[in-house]
Amino acid sequence: MRRSYLLGAGLAIAVVGLANSAMAQSGEIKIGEINSYSLLPAFTEPYRKGWQLAVEEVNAAGGINGKKLVVISKDDGGKPADAQTAANELVSSENVAMLTGTFLSNIGLAVSDFANQKKVFFLAAEPLTDAITWSKGNRYTFRLRPSNYMQAAMLVEEAAKLPAKRWATIAPNYEYGQSAVAVFKKLMSEKRPDIVWVDEQWPPQGKIDAGPVVQAVAAANPEAILNVTFGADLVKLVREGNTRGLFKGRSVVSFLTGEPEYLDPLKDETPEGWIVTGYPWYDIKTPDHDKFLKAYQAKFNDYPRLGSIVGYQTIKAAAAILAKANSTDPEKLIAATEGLSMPSPFGEITFRKIDHQSTLGAYVGKTALKDGKGVMVNSVYRKGTDYLPGDAEVEKLRPKD
Amino acid sequence: MAFYFVQFLTGLASAASLFLVASGLSIIFGVTRIVNFAHGAFYMLGAYVAFTLTERLSGALGFWGGIVVAALVVAVVGVIVEMVLLRRIYHAPELFQLLATFGLTLMVEDLVVLIWGPDDLLGRRAPGFKGAVDFFGQNIPTYDLFLIGLSPVVLGVLWLLFQRTRWGVLVRAATQDRDMVAALGVNQKWLFTSVFALGVFLAALGGALQIPRDAVHHALDLRIIVDVFVVVVIGGLGSIIGAFVAAVLVSELNAFGILIFPKISIILVFLVMAVVLIVRPWGLFGKPEAAARRTPGLTVNPWRPLTSNERWLAMAGLAVAAMLPLFAGNYALTVGSEIAIFVIFAASLHFLMSVGGLASFGHAAYFGLGAYGVAFLAKMAGLPMVVSLLVGPLLGLVGAAIFGFFAVQLSGVYFAMLTLAFAQIVWSIAFQWVTVTGGDNGILGVWPEKWAAGPASFYWLSLGVAAIAVAILRVIVFSPFGFALRATRDSLLRSEAIGINGKRVQWTAFVIAGTVAGFAGALFAYLKGSVFPDSLGISLSVDALVMVLLGGVETVSGAVVGAIVFKALNIWLVSQTDLSKLVLGGFVVLIVVAFPKGIVGVLETIRNRRKSSTSESSSKSSLATSRIETAE
Repeated sequence: MRRSYLLGAGLAIAVVGLANSAMAQSGEIKIGEINSYSLLPAFTEPYRKGWQLAVEEVNAAGGINGKKLVVISKDDGGKPADAQTAANELVSSENVAMLTGTFLSNIGLAVSDFANQKKVFFLAAEPLTDAITWSKGNRYTFRLRPSNYMQAAMLVEEAAKLPAKRWATIAPNYEYGQSAVAVFKKLMSEKRPDIVWVDEQWPPQGKIDAGPVVQAVAAANPEAILNVTFGADLVKLVREGNTRGLFKGRSVVSFLTGEPEYLDPLKDETPEGWIVTGYPWYDIKTPDHDKFLKAYQAKFNDYPRLGSIVGYQTIKAAAAILAKANSTDPEKLIAATEGLSMPSPFGEITFRKIDHQSTLGAYVGKTALKDGKGVMVNSVYRKGTDYLPGDAEVEKLRPKD
Repeated sequence: MAFYFVQFLTGLASAASLFLVASGLSIIFGVTRIVNFAHGAFYMLGAYVAFTLTERLSGALGFWGGIVVAALVVAVVGVIVEMVLLRRIYHAPELFQLLATFGLTLMVEDLVVLIWGPDDLLGRRAPGFKGAVDFFGQNIPTYDLFLIGLSPVVLGVLWLLFQRTRWGVLVRAATQDRDMVAALGVNQKWLFTSVFALGVFLAALGGALQIPRDAVHHALDLRIIVDVFVVVVIGGLGSIIGAFVAAVLVSELNAFGILIFPKISIILVFLVMAVVLIVRPWGLFGKPEAAARRTPGLTVNPWRPLTSNERWLAMAGLAVAAMLPLFAGNYALTVGSEIAIFVIFAASLHFLMSVGGLASFGHAAYFGLGAYGVAFLAKMAGLPMVVSLLVGPLLGLVGAAIFGFFAVQLSGVYFAMLTLAFAQIVWSIAFQWVTVTGGDNGILGVWPEKWAAGPASFYWLSLGVAAIAVAILRVIVFSPFGFALRATRDSLLRSEAIGINGKRVQWTAFVIAGTVAGFAGALFAYLKGSVFPDSLGISLSVDALVMVLLGGVETVSGAVVGAIVFKALNIWLVSQTDLSKLVLGGFVVLIVVAFPKGIVGVLETIRNRRKSSTSESSSKSSLATSRIETAE
């Protein structure tokens, strides 16, 4: 009795499996996309618009080797466990060729572990944690955005030029904040052994009690401040800091603050002269970016945020990978991706073979106020290639496949 | 020295915002006994409406007028909610209103994004309070001074309102003894509505007053709701002065705590609450709860074991469930496993709540401990899956034994909040102890061994464990121990008079529930292949509560149905729509209205009514029902 059950189950699974793979042979290729749409709409709405534009462009140009590209998108609600449920649905029921997306680092890691276990290709769009390509990297996972380490290295290059010797840090109390501060401190102390770290503040993510934090930092009397908070926390911090004069006469270096998602809500309270990474879409005058900007504005009647770039390039990259591999076999996809170069709105990028990190860079500049709005000025594009450690070091960081 | 004074003032300003919201919650709870989960949602709505109004209206009058009008507008929304929704369910079992307000909160979170868009909004600064005052070289924002001044004013007005008006006398009377107030002919309906309106007004005012210092966004509610609950409980339920003192205590401890331990904020309020509740079980200014006059739980439909027919039916249901792999695909099977795991989890909480009468707000702690137990054993000790599955949940047992010992000294909402505090403490340890737990990046690679790796095998495993767990819990319910537990639930005094060691029995029940939850967590770790601090988090605890309440807290195994309905619907909605919270919240609210005793609870009532109408005792039973309803 039991045996026949198992046999029947096996048969049923086999039949379903056959049916699915047969469907994949038809005229479309599916990509499964997961992101925190309901938890982080401020970032994921522009992100969604970005990938929608990319899908449209890919299909207008004839799809992937003649097949239509379809993106099936799921919400993970900001929970790693739900992201896995979604990943499982995309892989098992929708039979997608690859997984893409994710924003939060822990969700990126959860999906990458799923991908490794189920042998599915995963292109992580946004998660910044270094672990996803290094300490917990695996051969099925690639990442598009410049990592924590890369952004820290870009900022350190500018920060080291500052005369400031006494530094304080403010970062959200979770992995992203912790590793951003750790890498920044390490790289900074290497370049400037004379620096002392006088205070660190770790407000809970999303729940900063800004007044006491600002006051505590001011009491340590630093000459410069590293900020890693973003979103609503950043708004509160900036408002309290402005009123209490924390930023007066102090240099501030800040992760991500130049991204329109986080800079625009600051409106006329934008502090001036912060050294930030970000996306000055109004200032980028390259043909690649112009083309993207025009198409985006024409389609959505809105300006792009960094999320739009990430969403757009994720699907563009996925399409390029699928086209080159000309197959949905994960092994062939991996082989196609390693070392693959492609254009992007920020210029050409390459997916490195050694750690599966793309060389997409970021803009580094200074914040300024213009017509009551925050903008980035004197921005320079920093190529990702220049801010990654040497191959020998990367090999030490990443487990062997 | 100047610095410490300014830091003290800064703490007071934080306390002011906390107090405004907490006072409203405290008043509502004191009178209506509603655990108003939607209080944070009203706070958020206050901020959003105030943002819109202050952007439209100009000048100082426009700003301050906008703030007050916003609070009034939201108070009107509160009145509508109370009249349309809550009035229907005051007679429902305790905590059932939590379900309704939980549904509302879900809906509001999606609605504000639909109405106001996804971006963070920056409100205006308050006219006349834009700058800072110099105090020996330290800057104090004038708006902070305004808030510091405002909160004693609000406290004073509330005090006068409660001490010097007839309405206040009635409210205080209702806080002490609702039934007596009703017996004296006071129109309870309008008393409750007005109290709810005042509470919501205060919440919305608290939110509106934040716009000069905060960003307005769709997660404001969750950021404040738990902290506010904690403040109310530390102060003592229903005590406005207690809420004020607690808000100051918590805010000052945070302001000075971060000078020594910069990472303390994440856990501080819960540590304070745990300490306060262990030392003073009714909060700083609270009074011991009067002994409940009506016996909670079953008074109308006594519990009984399944009849043999029903037993066959349950077996048949299980057999059908076991045949799922014959026709369902891998995805459906994995979802099936997840549902089975949540059936175990919900059943364990249900055991504690309905049989023990102990509603835990932190049951996820033992689920998560079980999951981490497995992850430690499998990843670090490299033990085989069967061993890990059997031994891992013991971490849940240990946790439940330690925390349960303290928790069962308390009762009612204080018990619930102490369990929440313990869960948050465990969560923060998992979150902070990066070297051992991996912090929020979790522990990866906890995948099942080959024999259980297939979706079908894992489904059978989960289903089997779920069936065994539910069966064992039912056996316990109808064992002598189960009867002793129900006795302590129904009357602690009487049960102790007949020689039952109430605390010991409750503690044992707590440990049983925690261990079963640990098994659910252990399976969950293998299902997902990873463990994150999320599995210890508040939202999971709330999910479990919702499942139990949805199924029916006065039933023997309602949680099974509650878990299946809630989890299946949740997974399906998240997959189908981006507005899953709106739809799910709406569904929960509908269920609350349509099934005021939970799904299984209402089904049982209908069946009993049908049965009794055919039998002789129909008049007797309906009489009993009506008597109990009037007593409520």
